[in-house]
Amino acid sequence: MKIGAPKEVEAGENRVAMTPESATQLQKLGYDCLIETGAGAGAGFADADYEAAGVSVIKTAAALWKEADIIVKVRQPTATELKRLDDTKTLISFFNPAGNEEGMEAARAKGANVIAMEMVPRISRAQKMDALSSMANIAGYRAVIEAGNNYGRFFTGQITAAGKVPPAKVLVVGAGVAGLAAIGTSTSLGAITYAFDVRPEVAEQVESMGAEFVYLDFEEKTADGAATGGYASVSSPEFREAQLAKFRELAPEMDIVITTALIPNREAPELWTEDMVAAMKPGSVIVDLAAEKGGNCKLTVKDEKIVTDNGVTIIGYTDFPSRMAAQASTLYATNIRHMMTDLTPEKDGQINHDMEDDVIRGATVTHRGEITFPPPPPKVQAIAARPQAEKKRELTAEEKRAAELTAFQKQTKNQIGLLAGGTLAVLLVGVYAPESFMSHFIVFALACFVGFQVIWGVAHSLHTPLMAVTNAISGIIILGALLQIGSGHWLVVILASVSILIATINIVGGFLVTRRMLAMFQKS
Amino acid sequence: MSIGLVSAAYISAAILFILSLGGLSGQESAKRAVWYGIAGMALAVVATVFGPGIANWFLILVCVVVGAVIGYYVAARVQMTEMPQLVAALHSFVGLAAVFIGFNAELIMNKINRLREAADTEGLDALFGFAATVAHKTPVELAILKVEVFLGVFIGAITFTGSVIAFGKLAGKVSSKAEKLPGGHMLNAGAAAISVILLIIYMQTGGGWALVLMSLFAFFIGYHLIMGIGGADMPVVVSMLNSYSGWAAAAIGFSLGNDLLIVTGALVGSSGAILSYIMCKAMNRSFVSVILGGFGNTTGPAQEIEGEQVAIDSDGVAAALNEADSIIIIPGYGMAVAQAQQAVSELTKKLRAQGKTVRFAIHPVAGRLPGHMNVLLAEAKVPYDIVMEMDEINDDFPDTDVVIVIGSNDIVNPAAQEDPNSPIAGMPVLECWKAKQVFVSKRGQGTGYSGIENPLFYKENTRMFYGDAKASLTELLPKVD
Repeated sequence: MKIGAPKEVEAGENRVAMTPESATQLQKLGYDCLIETGAGAGAGFADADYEAAGVSVIKTAAALWKEADIIVKVRQPTATELKRLDDTKTLISFFNPAGNEEGMEAARAKGANVIAMEMVPRISRAQKMDALSSMANIAGYRAVIEAGNNYGRFFTGQITAAGKVPPAKVLVVGAGVAGLAAIGTSTSLGAITYAFDVRPEVAEQVESMGAEFVYLDFEEKTADGAATGGYASVSSPEFREAQLAKFRELAPEMDIVITTALIPNREAPELWTEDMVAAMKPGSVIVDLAAEKGGNCKLTVKDEKIVTDNGVTIIGYTDFPSRMAAQASTLYATNIRHMMTDLTPEKDGQINHDMEDDVIRGATVTHRGEITFPPPPPKVQAIAARPQAEKKRELTAEEKRAAELTAFQKQTKNQIGLLAGGTLAVLLVGVYAPESFMSHFIVFALACFVGFQVIWGVAHSLHTPLMAVTNAISGIIILGALLQIGSGHWLVVILASVSILIATINIVGGFLVTRRMLAMFQKS
Repeated sequence: MSIGLVSAAYISAAILFILSLGGLSGQESAKRAVWYGIAGMALAVVATVFGPGIANWFLILVCVVVGAVIGYYVAARVQMTEMPQLVAALHSFVGLAAVFIGFNAELIMNKINRLREAADTEGLDALFGFAATVAHKTPVELAILKVEVFLGVFIGAITFTGSVIAFGKLAGKVSSKAEKLPGGHMLNAGAAAISVILLIIYMQTGGGWALVLMSLFAFFIGYHLIMGIGGADMPVVVSMLNSYSGWAAAAIGFSLGNDLLIVTGALVGSSGAILSYIMCKAMNRSFVSVILGGFGNTTGPAQEIEGEQVAIDSDGVAAALNEADSIIIIPGYGMAVAQAQQAVSELTKKLRAQGKTVRFAIHPVAGRLPGHMNVLLAEAKVPYDIVMEMDEINDDFPDTDVVIVIGSNDIVNPAAQEDPNSPIAGMPVLECWKAKQVFVSKRGQGTGYSGIENPLFYKENTRMFYGDAKASLTELLPKVD
């Protein structure tokens, strides 16, 4: 079969979905490769390079679409391009299926199979095809470079003969792939980097990249990122407030702010408000990587760079990967090539569209005249959720109720048995024992019960102090000796005094030691 | 103070004790909890001393002051690593006091009997305090009193010798091996049976000699019972003795008719019992088998262990630590013995300063006391929020780069899971071998307290870091940067 990469029609798009290198690899899979003339020019790949790699250069787009069985592209296809599809063709491209119903409908009507690169599920096996991540990586890097280009100072702090230069302070909002790439670039340029994300579990990743995680003074059970496939979800209004308050506090100090906060299939959340922009120093730079979805800052103008009245530059470009077309094309072409490898298990140049495969199924949006979007959840969990939570989830509500019921019944049986046995034993004692004994016995039984109830709550780490306290308290036996010491007989007096003496040692020693122990427990 | 006032004070004291135990549920509230206990104890003692029927105030004062000074001195000087011994020693005091108080009750009963036989009504009326209460008892109540006294002395005596032996074992003054006299448990059972016979004789004849003889037998039971328990089971033993000392106090409370003694004794008794239960559960062993001493006989040949122990020096460990991102430290009794907790704390600080994740995994029976490791680490100022329990951390080992095992053995023994014939089969253990790399700091190639081979030491990802834990870690410290 033939794989063809047309020239991107979108204005300003420099990337290309096939490079000479990826073409060589594709040929090893048994495919013939086609390229539209000049398709790689923007990314620095000349037609001659392709020809050298054994790729046939086709003069026009129309001819290429006609000849190729598999079309690989970068940008979402236009209506014209979709019209060129038919039921023998497979299209692999970014497709934005969630916001492109007409496109999907058009492809379905033509009977073509479409694989949307942004739909590759986030599982370990599919990472090599995860074009979103590879593009985000570039965007994060480029955002810092772009910011540096517009920032009139050094990133790194220096002490020179001409004076002291303070280091730039960079805040990265959203620590996804782009955010982490931005953090890495920014720290390696020498800036002091802070990062924030709504998913507290990424703090570790942030810190591993050398930035400081901005913690909020906010207690909330945030949804585990693992449950949402590694993406951020919408946060509560209280959380948002706490977050904005923190940003407001940081705004005057920050020289460069890079916002990358995106929630899948939603308008970008507004995180950098106008008053924060107003609070920033003149000369500061904001790079809004969410500009395509409306921007994390409302002042952002899509695809433009503006300067506010107080001298803050806001960059709203959406074509960061295209600005690094050579790099972006290499990575994207490799992603495509890996996708093709998965689609060609036999390496015979024939596409095998296996809808049982998690990755292929997930990425396919139309297949044999049917729209297959949205895909079912992948069989493999995207990110290993904490195993305990998963175990719980396995039980259905009914099973759970049944388990609870049996546990409850068992417990009730046990308790009733114990109570009945206990009552019987006490009754037996009551038959023979005088009243004075029984009144003490009640006290004893109740105290045992209270003891049992209280001790279960004691923290494991406090077992040694518990033992020391109970030990000190068992020195209460001193009361017995106190009561006896006045009771005549010389031997009684001696034994009682010795008892008082050792019981006192026990009490004082026990409490003191406990206090010493507890004083040492400290929180970090 | 009237009886009513004293009772009121007792009620407050009892409530304070309950609050004190309940307050130990959290690290912060625990600091307050001790004060509740102290206040309760002070209240109880003051109310009793100034209550009705107390004489010899000067003697009381002297004893209390001397006792307080000794107690203060001991508690202020003791090293945190010596905590288990101290607790055991203090238990023995409670046991001994219970024995003495029981004897006293017997002496007083004798005196009253003599007065009654002589029909000395004047003498009977002159009695006060505890003796007066006894004098007014009916024959049935007296019989019950005798049983209570007998029980109190019996439990007290076992607690006393048991605690002394436990102290000796923990302090290393007595061999920590499980040792039994010929006859084993039959000796204990025989002594217990004789005690029961003596109880009957005592009830029939009222002869004080039976009580004294019984206490000798009980002393023997306490001695022999604890001698037969190996060092690895000491956490259970100490909490069991703690429980006994409570029951002894409760029994004495019954014989003296003092409700506060009963309440407090019951609280302490049940708390010790639960602690023992928790410990046993953590070791997957029944309480009875711990008390009967030693590990059960193996049912088949232990699994052959393949491979060899590979040693490593401090440079190698340091290199691995410098590369690791997540580290888990598993301390055991060996850390306590080597006094290495300060060095461990230093190492932790250094590693954490580099942004590495350092956590501690504590097995419920690590050390010689429940919670022993927590106390030692707290002493060395390791923050308690990085000190995890076994259940909290066991799932994290596969994601961990380096595990350092410091002086623990049985609690990291994979044989518990892999070898059904192992004596510790089924005991929950820290699954440290699932980490990428394990370093075991250990003095030599010998086995641990239980005497079981540990296949962990032979695993491919395990390296042995021989030497005294403190010396090894001190050597390691400057190499970690």
